[in-house]
Amino acid sequence: MSKDETKPSLAARREFLSKLGRAATCTGAAVGAAALGVLPSVSAKSAPAPEGDSFPTKDYDWTKHQWGFGVDATKCIGCLRCVEACKRENNVPRNAHQFRTWVERYVHLEGEDEVHIDSQQDPVNIEASGSEKEYRFANRYKDAKVEKAFFVPKLCNHCTHPACVQVCPTGATYRTEDGVVLIDHTYCIGCRYCVQACPYGARYFNEEEGVSDKCTWCYHRITKGLQPACVEVCPVGARVFGDQKDKESPISLFIRNNRVQVLRAETGNAPNVFYVGIDKEVN
Amino acid sequence: MEPIIAFAPYTGWVYPNETVFEWSVLIAVYPYLTGLVAGAFTVSSLYQVFGFERLKPVAHMALLTSLSFMIFVPTPLLLHLGHPERAFNSTITPHLTSAMAMFGFFASFYVALLILEGWFAYRPFIVEQAQKRTDLLGRFYRLLTLGSYDVSENAMRYDRKWIFALAVIGIPAAHGLHGYVGFMYGSLKSREWWSSDLMPVIFLFSAIISGVSLLAVLYVVSCKLRKIPVDLACLKGLAYTIWAFIMVALVLEGLEFANIVYKGREGVDMIMQYVTGPLLIPYFILQFAVGAITPFLWLSYMIWRGTTGRALVIGVTVSAALVLFSVFMMRWNVVIGGQEISKTGKGLLSYHLPFFGKEGALVAICLTLAPLGLLFILTRLFPPWADHATTHAHS
Repeated sequence: MSKDETKPSLAARREFLSKLGRAATCTGAAVGAAALGVLPSVSAKSAPAPEGDSFPTKDYDWTKHQWGFGVDATKCIGCLRCVEACKRENNVPRNAHQFRTWVERYVHLEGEDEVHIDSQQDPVNIEASGSEKEYRFANRYKDAKVEKAFFVPKLCNHCTHPACVQVCPTGATYRTEDGVVLIDHTYCIGCRYCVQACPYGARYFNEEEGVSDKCTWCYHRITKGLQPACVEVCPVGARVFGDQKDKESPISLFIRNNRVQVLRAETGNAPNVFYVGIDKEVN
Repeated sequence: MEPIIAFAPYTGWVYPNETVFEWSVLIAVYPYLTGLVAGAFTVSSLYQVFGFERLKPVAHMALLTSLSFMIFVPTPLLLHLGHPERAFNSTITPHLTSAMAMFGFFASFYVALLILEGWFAYRPFIVEQAQKRTDLLGRFYRLLTLGSYDVSENAMRYDRKWIFALAVIGIPAAHGLHGYVGFMYGSLKSREWWSSDLMPVIFLFSAIISGVSLLAVLYVVSCKLRKIPVDLACLKGLAYTIWAFIMVALVLEGLEFANIVYKGREGVDMIMQYVTGPLLIPYFILQFAVGAITPFLWLSYMIWRGTTGRALVIGVTVSAALVLFSVFMMRWNVVIGGQEISKTGKGLLSYHLPFFGKEGALVAICLTLAPLGLLFILTRLFPPWADHATTHAHS
C-alpha cells in the first residue's frame, strides 16, 4: 500500500475511512458503556416518574399522595352504573368493545365443573340492554340451578412495575409520582404495543383519536379531591378509592382490615387494585 | 359517526377490550420483511466472510435484495400507526426500556451499513460507468464515485478489507435486528403463545431460511429472464444452506411447542384447543407439513441422490418457494395466532382479514412485493451478475 500513497484520492479516502473507523470504535465503546448503565433500568422496573410541576391542578402536590384502589367483590351487584359513569365521564367510545372499566360475572351451575363467565359486552347482555351504549346483565341463568355466583369489577391496575410503560417506545405512557399510570395522548404514536403488553386487557385503542387509552382513576377528579366516577356512583360501596399515604383513608382501611389479593401477581407487575372476595378462576 | 372498527367474533371468555384485533396482517408482514433482509444478508456474508466461493453468483444480489427489503421494512409499521406523523418520537425521545424504541436506531444503522458495503462492492462498476457514460446516468454514477476514481490493485485490496469488515459487522447487525424482532414478542408476558425465551432464536433461524430461499428463487428467475444457464454449484450451495438451517428451525419450533405443552401452565387447555382446532391447518399443515417438512425431505432426497440438472433447479426452486410460504405462515401464526388466544386463557377469538383497506390483504401483498420492484430497478442500475464484464471488487 505504501507505494501508492502518493495517489491523492486513495490517501484521502484512506484517511477519511480510518477516521470513520476510529469514530465507529469510539461510538461502539460509548454504546457499550451506556448499555451497562442502562441495563438495570430496562429491567421490568418502570422508569422514575417525570419531575416538574404536577398536573393538572396548581395546588396539588403529587409527592404527597399514593393512590390505591380496592374492590370488594362480595358487595358488587352487577348494576353496571360504574361502567356507564366511566364512559360518560371519560368520553370512552360508546360501543360494546372498548372500556376503561368493566364488570365480570362468574356463575357456577349445579352439576357443572366449568364456570360461566361473561361481561356486559357479551351479545346476550347487549341484547338485554337494547343498546351498545347501555349495559345490563341479562337474566340468562333464571331457569338454571345456580350454585355460586358473583361479580368482579375490573379496571387498570396502575401497576408499580407496569408492562405497558416498559414497552412504550416514546414514553407517552408513564407512571406519575402519586402512583397513577397515564397516557400523554399528544405524544402517543398509536403502535399499540402497550395494549398487547397489558396482561389484564385494560387498554384499548381509540381509533378515532389514533391513540391508546385506559383508566386513569379519573386523574382529573382525584387531583381536585374528588372520587373516581365509578367509585362515586357505586351504590353498594364495592369500589374503594383513596390515598395510601393517609393511614385512615378508605383504601388504607380496606387493605388493613381485609385479606386482600391482586390479579396475576406472577407477572411481577405489582398491581395496585386490591381485591376481596374473588374466586380461584378470576384473573 | 360511529368509528369503523372490526370486532372479532369469539368463543369462551375474553376480556371486553380484546374483541378488537390491534395488530393486523401488517404486523405479520413486518417481521417477514426483516427476516428476508437478515436471511439475504446471511448469503452475502457466507461468501464475503466465510469464503463460500460457490455462492459468488448471488453474493451481490444478496446485498441488493437485503437493501431493497430493508427500505420497505418500516412501511407496514408506519401504515399501522395511529399517528404515523409522530413516528420519529420513538427515535428523537426513545424510551430506553422499550424494545420497539430501538428499532429506528437498529434499522438506520443497518441501512447505512448496507449502503456503505454496497458502495464498496460496486465501486469498480460505478467508476467504470462514470468514465464511460456521458448521459444523465453518467452524472449519477459520477456523483456516486464520491470523487474517487482509483481502481488500482492497491485500492481494490483496500476496498476488500472494508467489505470484509462491514460484512463481519453486518452479521450481528442483520441478525441482531431480526433477533430483536423476536424479542419484541418473546418478551411480552401477557400472552403464553408469545412469552418464550426461544422466540428470538426461532425468529432468527426462520429468517435465515426465508432469506436464503428468496435468493434461490430470485437467482433461478433471474437466470431464466437473462436466458443464461443456472450455476448448479451455486444453487446447490443455497440448497445446502436452506437444508441445514431448516433443520435447526424445525427443531427450535418443535422445542418451543413442546415446552408450552409440557410445562402446561395456566391457559394451556385453551392453547391445545386452539392448535388442534382453528390452528390445525395454518400451523401443522401449512407451516410445518407443507412449508417445512416437505422441502426438507425433498432437499434431503436431492442431496442424497446427487440430483442435478433440471430436476435440481425445479426441486430447489419449489422447495425454496415452499419455505418462503412456510415462514410467512410462521409470522402469521405468531402475530395473529397470539392474539386469537385470549389473555384470559379461557377463550378464543378469530381474526378476519379484510381484502381492501389500509390493513387489508391487498396492501399486505403490495408491501411484500414492492421490494421486488425496487430490486428490479437496483439490478438495472447496479447489475449484480457475477458473469458481468466488469470485475467486482472481490472477484
